[in-house]
Amino acid sequence: MTNASRAVLLIEDDQDIRNVLRSALELEQYRVIEAATGARGITDIKSHRPDIAIVDLGLPDCDGVDLIREVRGWSKIPIVVLSARTQEEQIVHALEAGADDYITKPFGMREFIARMRVALRHGLRVHTDAQSSFKVGRWRIDMAKRLVVDDAGESLHLTPLEYRLIEILSNHEGMVVTHRQLLTEAWGPGSVEHTHYLRGYMKQLRGKLEDDPARPRHLLTETGVGYRLVVDD
Amino acid sequence: MNSVRPDPDRLLAEVTAKEARAHRGKLKIFFGANAGVGKTFTMLEDAQRRKTAGVDVVVGYVEPHGRVETERLLAGLEALPLLLDEKGVSDRAEFNLDAALARKPQLLLVDELAHTNLSGVIPPPRHEKRWQDIEEVLDAGIDVYTTVNVQHLESLNDVVAQITGVQQRETLPDRVFEEADEVELIDLPPDDLLQRLQSGKVYVADQAQRAMEGFFRKGNLIALRELALRKTADRVDQAMRDYRKQEAVYRPWGTRERLLVCVGPDEQAEQMIRAGKRMADGMNAEWIVVYVETPHLLRLSETKRNHRIQLMRLAESLGAETVTLGGSSAASEILEYGRTRNVTRILAGKPKSRNWLTIWRGSSSTTQQLIQHANDFDVVVVGRNESVSRSVADEKPDGDIAPPSQKERWPEYVMAIGATIAATLLCWFMYPTFAHANLVMVYLLAAAIVAVRCGRKPAILTSVLNVLAFDVVFVPPHFSLAVSDAQYLLTFAIMLVVALIIGNLNASVRLQAKVAGHRERRTALLYAMSRQLSIAQDRKAMEHAAISHVSEVFECTTTLLFPDAAGRIESNKERHSRDKLMSADVGAAQWSFDHGKAAGLGTDTLAGSTISYLPLIGAKRTLGVLAAKPRNKRRIMLPEQFRLLETFAAQIALALERSDLADQAQAAEVRAETESVRNSLLASLSHDLRTPLSAVVGGAATLAERMEDLRPNERLSLAQTVHKAATHVSEHVTSMLDLVQLESGGIRLRRDSYEIDEIVGTVLGRLQDRLRAHRVMINIPTSLPALQIDGKLIGQAFENILDNAIKYTSPGCEIRIDARLHADEVEIVFADNGPGFEATSPETLFKKFERGKKESAVGGIGLGLAICRAIIELHNGRIWAEENPPHGAAIHMMLPLSKHTEHAADNHD
Repeated sequence: MTNASRAVLLIEDDQDIRNVLRSALELEQYRVIEAATGARGITDIKSHRPDIAIVDLGLPDCDGVDLIREVRGWSKIPIVVLSARTQEEQIVHALEAGADDYITKPFGMREFIARMRVALRHGLRVHTDAQSSFKVGRWRIDMAKRLVVDDAGESLHLTPLEYRLIEILSNHEGMVVTHRQLLTEAWGPGSVEHTHYLRGYMKQLRGKLEDDPARPRHLLTETGVGYRLVVDD
Repeated sequence: MNSVRPDPDRLLAEVTAKEARAHRGKLKIFFGANAGVGKTFTMLEDAQRRKTAGVDVVVGYVEPHGRVETERLLAGLEALPLLLDEKGVSDRAEFNLDAALARKPQLLLVDELAHTNLSGVIPPPRHEKRWQDIEEVLDAGIDVYTTVNVQHLESLNDVVAQITGVQQRETLPDRVFEEADEVELIDLPPDDLLQRLQSGKVYVADQAQRAMEGFFRKGNLIALRELALRKTADRVDQAMRDYRKQEAVYRPWGTRERLLVCVGPDEQAEQMIRAGKRMADGMNAEWIVVYVETPHLLRLSETKRNHRIQLMRLAESLGAETVTLGGSSAASEILEYGRTRNVTRILAGKPKSRNWLTIWRGSSSTTQQLIQHANDFDVVVVGRNESVSRSVADEKPDGDIAPPSQKERWPEYVMAIGATIAATLLCWFMYPTFAHANLVMVYLLAAAIVAVRCGRKPAILTSVLNVLAFDVVFVPPHFSLAVSDAQYLLTFAIMLVVALIIGNLNASVRLQAKVAGHRERRTALLYAMSRQLSIAQDRKAMEHAAISHVSEVFECTTTLLFPDAAGRIESNKERHSRDKLMSADVGAAQWSFDHGKAAGLGTDTLAGSTISYLPLIGAKRTLGVLAAKPRNKRRIMLPEQFRLLETFAAQIALALERSDLADQAQAAEVRAETESVRNSLLASLSHDLRTPLSAVVGGAATLAERMEDLRPNERLSLAQTVHKAATHVSEHVTSMLDLVQLESGGIRLRRDSYEIDEIVGTVLGRLQDRLRAHRVMINIPTSLPALQIDGKLIGQAFENILDNAIKYTSPGCEIRIDARLHADEVEIVFADNGPGFEATSPETLFKKFERGKKESAVGGIGLGLAICRAIIELHNGRIWAEENPPHGAAIHMMLPLSKHTEHAADNHD
């Protein structure tokens, strides 16, 4: 499938940003639909059935988080949120309402396109199984066999909980996973407050998987929001 | 040449006084020897002339006395409404001060300046005396015409009484007379006056007859006329002297004369004060009225001691400074005080004829002692004038001789009797072997002990019982009051006298100690208040300290009243709702605040109130009003107590003002700082934002307009320039917004437990593209505990520091990130081996818009470290910069470990 057949819906009230994004996206051969209001955006999702929606959190007619929640009621369309910096509380709300990823203003165009691509890919994979094997640094992780080996054949032991965390993160590979989501899925709904458990395990995982744990490249921290797993593939 | 350069200080005082006078209305007094000389008439004539000349003249109050001429002259003059009593009877009417102030004419006519305001009118008059009303009228800038008779002048009161035999109740302080801008003497020879009286021009017929038989005898009239003429002459003389002083044609006096007037509780005191006033006026000297409260005087009756209050008030009204001293000997206290105040002359009363009591005491009168010891003063003895002082002498002394505190209780009398019995028993055993003289000693000892332990009266009882017991038991014939040998009578007498002396002595010592204790306590309390005021953290604490101290010292309920923005005193109900006091008459407080004068109890204004109001006058303005409601009125009525209260008020005012000034200074500093920040912001904006913005605008415009003409590589270069400049602007704006948000206090820390290495890792990840050329060494122990911090903000601080390091060092430089655990904080150091701060004081880097090099080519607007400091300080941490030897810069920060910090190792299952 080429990009040309993919439709991107921009729900953003600022005409300039829409113009810039449109030209950048059209250069990448995407089809762009623009919506200046939340209401219009919802109509467009229903009528145009775009492949992905880019939602600005500061919309004039409605709260972006409410819009995401409503859309999630009847659609699994990938949603990437645009937000101003220092609004991580709102970002977390948007993610918990069902957004797949976020990007803060001001953003670089390359970064934006990359995020969007990951989200699109994830949207396509929803129907297939999660990746069972992927590469993190020098390690290849095989989720089905529960094996971590490097090219030299050396193997690494991970605890079941560490496998579980890697599994959750890899299901959203390249995208942010909130603390709450990780905690709920790994420990159960009763543990959402225990972010320090999570921190401890992530630190451990970095120590095991990262070449330079002090400068992680794969298990990234999104301060105040959650974690992101970047695989080399 | 006799011209002397005018003393600049005096000139300044002169100018200030002149200015004050310029805003004040002019007071003209029509002055006469007695009623009927035509003062009112002349005043009205003058007023009519002024009215014809176009002056706005209003009659405030004129007593027509049914005189036809006067009524004729009143015609055509506007008259103010009068205050009437509830019956509305017009002959009980009173001058309406508020109406006068509201009407605000140019010239106001008010008869009889010495008049005492009637209390029955509605609403009750504000002041006790009419002259006080007029003061207020003058203060409002209204000119006043008024009339005064010579017999009403306070200082001449006794002289007039001596001449006429009639004591004047309505008196006018001499000060008011002296300060009048103009005094016109209305003189009428006595014969003419008597003639006018007879023809019914002064009083109606039957009144006139009575008047002529009493007050208006020719002899009286001549004497009063002389007084009036002399008083006027004095005034003219004074005016001449003032003029000469002003023109600097004065010769300096040897020393300034200062007169000390000694008064006691006796009848002569009032006379002494008046004599002092006259003498001080004659000498143009300052004068001080001194009252010495000796232990002996402390034993006087309450009524007599209260009389002192009236004396001191009289003295103050005549312009004296009043002082109450305490000490055992009046004479030595007076001399001591006189020396410290450089007194030149002492005025003392003629001692009473010496009676057996003073001879027995062996003490000479205070005056005699003064004369004996006053080597450096002139002592003037004032003759005793019995007729004037009747009113005081008539006062019934009250039976209670000992002051209340010295009241002996019945157990002390039991002890007195017991002492005699014990002595007698002891003597009984001694009697066979010891001589009578030794037995007497035992009795004396008993009396002495009782005197010391129980006071005077029990000591007297003991001595009497001792004498009786000694007589009955030991003096032959035994068990009989009869005395065989006459020499025993001497023994008895000596025994009694010795016991009395000891008793008296002891009582004096006790009282003395008590008086000293009182004084010390007051001084200590004033000191304590000043200290508490100075250490009070905020204004509320200050007010609280002030209120509690004043309440304690003066045994009163106290409150402080402050004006609102419009200058209206607010009754602060909520703060003192418990106290009845705070139903405080806001009007009186307002008056006190507006005029900067005390009002209410203990003053002349609204003296009927039970509350004293003292304005809190600071150096610059009046801050508020202290209201005190004493439980015992006498405490406030005493002039020196009132002055002490004023001292307290002044202290409080100064302290409050100081705190206000400190606040203002702080606010001003903040303003100045804000101003300087704004200036540097503007400078920074103009350079750091305009430059990249012009690149953006120019570049983009060229691209948009000349796209066709540009070669592809030129387009690319332009677009890249625009992109770079725009990124730059974006960074600037972001950091400015961050700082504004941080500093406005709008940031709430979202603390959570974070590990430093994780935050550092995240930041390094964000900066990895720019850091590629640098070597980054990280030394963060894994055992470092997690910190309760806002990870996002701390990350931003780290990023700013690293960003600086990248900007100011060349590629290939090393950046070290170290973290260490201290006792209760974690130190994090970012060090590089670049050029360092290059002579800039590292501390200035944390200021807003400061950069190591001004206008340097390196981008940034110098907000980075300011943001870091704001963030670190929000976390109660510290951040500073140091050189990193041999070359390079190091930023250190300390973040406190909080109680909830858990060790990283504990997190693992």
